Amino acid sequence: MFETMSIETLQAYWWIIISILGSLLVFLMFVQGGQTLIYTIGKTEPERKMLVNALGRKWEFTFTTLVTFGGAFFASFPLFYSTSFGGAYWVWMAILFPFIIQAVAYEFRSKPNNFLGHKTYEWFLIINGLLGTVLIGTAVATFFTGSAFSVNKSALTNLLDPAISRWQHPAHGLEAVLNWRNVALGLAVFFLARVLGILYFMNTIDDENILTRSKKQLVINTIPFLVFFLAFTGALLTMPGFAVRPQTGVVFGESLKYFHNLVQMPMVMLLFAAGVVFVLLGVALPLISFEKNASSGIWYAGAGTILTVFALFCLAGFNNTAYYPSTYDIQSSLTIHNSSSSHYTLTAMSYVSLLVPFVIAYIWYAWKAINSKKIDAAEMEEGGHAY
Amino acid sequence: MVEHIDITLIDWSRAQFALTAIYHWIFVPLTLGLAFIVAIMETIYVKTGNPEWKKVTKFWMTLFGINFAIGVATGIILEFQFGTNWSNYSWFVGDIFGAPLAIEGIMAFFLESTFIAVMFFGWNKVSKQFHLTASWLTAIGANLSALWILVANAWMQFPVGMQFNPDTTRNEMVDFWAVLFSPVAVNKFLHTISSGYVTASVFVLGISAWFLLKKRHTLLAQRSILVAGIFGLASSLFLAFTGDGSAYQVSQKQPMKLAAMEGLYQGRQGAGLVAFGILDPSKQQGDGKEAFLFKVEFPKLLSFLGYRNPDAFVPGVDNIISGGYKPQFDHVDPMEQARTFSAEEKIIRGKKAVAALGAYREAKAADDRATMDLALQELKANFPWFGYAYLNAPQSIIPNVPLTFYSFHIMVYLGFYFILLFTVVLYLAVKGKLEHQRWLLWLSLWTIPFVYLASEAGWVVAEVGRQPWVIQDLMPVMAAVSKIDATSVIITFWLFAAVFTVLLIAEMMIMIKQIKLGPKDGGTK
Repeated sequence: MFETMSIETLQAYWWIIISILGSLLVFLMFVQGGQTLIYTIGKTEPERKMLVNALGRKWEFTFTTLVTFGGAFFASFPLFYSTSFGGAYWVWMAILFPFIIQAVAYEFRSKPNNFLGHKTYEWFLIINGLLGTVLIGTAVATFFTGSAFSVNKSALTNLLDPAISRWQHPAHGLEAVLNWRNVALGLAVFFLARVLGILYFMNTIDDENILTRSKKQLVINTIPFLVFFLAFTGALLTMPGFAVRPQTGVVFGESLKYFHNLVQMPMVMLLFAAGVVFVLLGVALPLISFEKNASSGIWYAGAGTILTVFALFCLAGFNNTAYYPSTYDIQSSLTIHNSSSSHYTLTAMSYVSLLVPFVIAYIWYAWKAINSKKIDAAEMEEGGHAY
Repeated sequence: MVEHIDITLIDWSRAQFALTAIYHWIFVPLTLGLAFIVAIMETIYVKTGNPEWKKVTKFWMTLFGINFAIGVATGIILEFQFGTNWSNYSWFVGDIFGAPLAIEGIMAFFLESTFIAVMFFGWNKVSKQFHLTASWLTAIGANLSALWILVANAWMQFPVGMQFNPDTTRNEMVDFWAVLFSPVAVNKFLHTISSGYVTASVFVLGISAWFLLKKRHTLLAQRSILVAGIFGLASSLFLAFTGDGSAYQVSQKQPMKLAAMEGLYQGRQGAGLVAFGILDPSKQQGDGKEAFLFKVEFPKLLSFLGYRNPDAFVPGVDNIISGGYKPQFDHVDPMEQARTFSAEEKIIRGKKAVAALGAYREAKAADDRATMDLALQELKANFPWFGYAYLNAPQSIIPNVPLTFYSFHIMVYLGFYFILLFTVVLYLAVKGKLEHQRWLLWLSLWTIPFVYLASEAGWVVAEVGRQPWVIQDLMPVMAAVSKIDATSVIITFWLFAAVFTVLLIAEMMIMIKQIKLGPKDGGTK
């Protein structure tokens, strides 16, 4: 089936898979967003316990999606893996460290004799929630704004200095925060994750105080999300971008490139618009009629997040666009064609990708089984496994 | 810009990877084995309906959860370090190496992470059968993830199923099944997961022995010892079997590693296996000195185990450096089947391959087809030694012999000791006499640190023994490392060291406390 596809089709197929994983990751970062709110929404220890346990049943999905996103990117576009991870060293390290401390925080937090005390583990969750979202958003923004690196595949023949990819900025990735557009997307992701986290609390927890505070926080966090999201979107649609000549692979600057992409790919425009509408709907419905819609907001906003982020990835990689542009040497920019794996590997991996619907199906089934009853204070006192 | 190989950068990059791998491997074996032990215990609970087995299951499951979290934390770092610290490697072999990592995520990690949530939170929410299925799926998920990462590791030790593409300057996969079913991969997977089962069995045995010594939770302890004893004995016997298979593969595909494992400098026919030996620390390759201050050998056993022939010639470090012997396996390059090349000759051939690659790419840019064809022929003829081009001396292919030798022997001694321990414990447990043998209970408890030592030693053999190669013969560490400043890596090394150590202390403190607390609701007779 996949063997007969052209390499270009397989590259596009894998960019779609990467985009799906990326968009699922941003949705699942409701866990990170929620983590930053445990002291804001949880004023007492039992309340915080409910919040942490609500998130603790899902944190591994986010974590696993991040790992799979990395693995799939490595397998399908290894030149990105080698260039970005090896070059933007510090930004990726700054992203990874908070994920180390998150992984243990849930399990260790409430265990007796846990060495650091439960408050430390709660701060681990807050640090992960803050840095994880802001930095991933900032790093993804460089898909549009570019980074200073060079790629020279012939360097392998230089026996004393064979590195193919070289970062050309001494801050090794941290310089991304100097571009306000990158930071705007980082903060938009941060506040979006908080909005999603709040909606998840509304969906999962049955506690009046938590729901009241969540409702208040929903408004407080939606406003900055909209400000930063609109600022980034406005900048994206008016800035020049990095286009590719399909016949030669030559990369060149094109004004309004991402606006052109949106117009030239009406399906992407539709997904983007639908995504934004769904996110707004997810926020608005609980505010309009809380009793009726408190539980369903997360599904609207979640679906909207997935559609919007998916559309953003399409804008970055399709329609003859360099998805990881180099501001140092424009011809070093990565496109889905010059950075991908071989036809054979993409074919083999495409067969593996057929498992994804099954994976989603069993995740959904298990999720429903565990969330069949809302978390309440009584359940926390039952003595079952709790964080 | 001054061009040079930054040795400090290479050493610290290696140290950082080793640090992460060592910490990761403290937690993973227990996860691999304990997942199955818990699933077996729960199966007995579901079959018998006896609530005591539920208590036993839940107690070990709590310890499983504490250990699992920190294994996940260290694992994510390993995956991304291929990119952050070995970026050239990531491009040179990403077309092959990336696939198992991605499959691991899609096929194994989601299985594991989805059903572990059901395992821990589903007791009162799903049916008994669904819960049991979730426990088994978690165990299968954990072991499947081991399969894919070990396939990737085995491929680095014995690269198969690929072809070098000079246009992309990378190796590209041409046979997925050859990568998956490579004999090195099959052996490595079976040997590694069975080492995890032994680790978990010793862990369960040791803690249960402590309960018996303290006369607490004796029913839980007796039942746990029975499960761990049977599972541990079967696994440790299988471990010895797969260990033999692994060493047999090493003798064929990585003769230098085998020589280091045995401290063998001067090869010979009918080589003996060192039963016990002390290496002379002043020994240098080629100095003609005896390698050992003292040793006891099993005559001809190395030849027999390595080559299935008691009179076979086993090359030593000196022979591999100087070449000229006839290799005994047919997988070597046809040009080396009559006599092996010296390391120096391999370096020359490696440099020819790299120069030919450069010539090919220049000719291609100039659209000079004739030169391209010639360069391609030269590249193909010399590609098996491509990685040697980056070495500055023949001795660069010698790994750290003492570290490899002692690690190998410690691992083997302990492996046989575990078989003996499980046999004796199981015999006495079945006879109902175990509780009276206090010395054996103490011994079982104090065996716990040694099972970790054995497990880590196994990885030291596998990884230190193959230095300087990240991909055997094709890419050494100096050609694989990312172009970053050494200071950055030194800083992140110490950050990782600090974070991992603090978390390890926390994990051990929590684990010991949970063991002291025992099962939440009883477990006594």
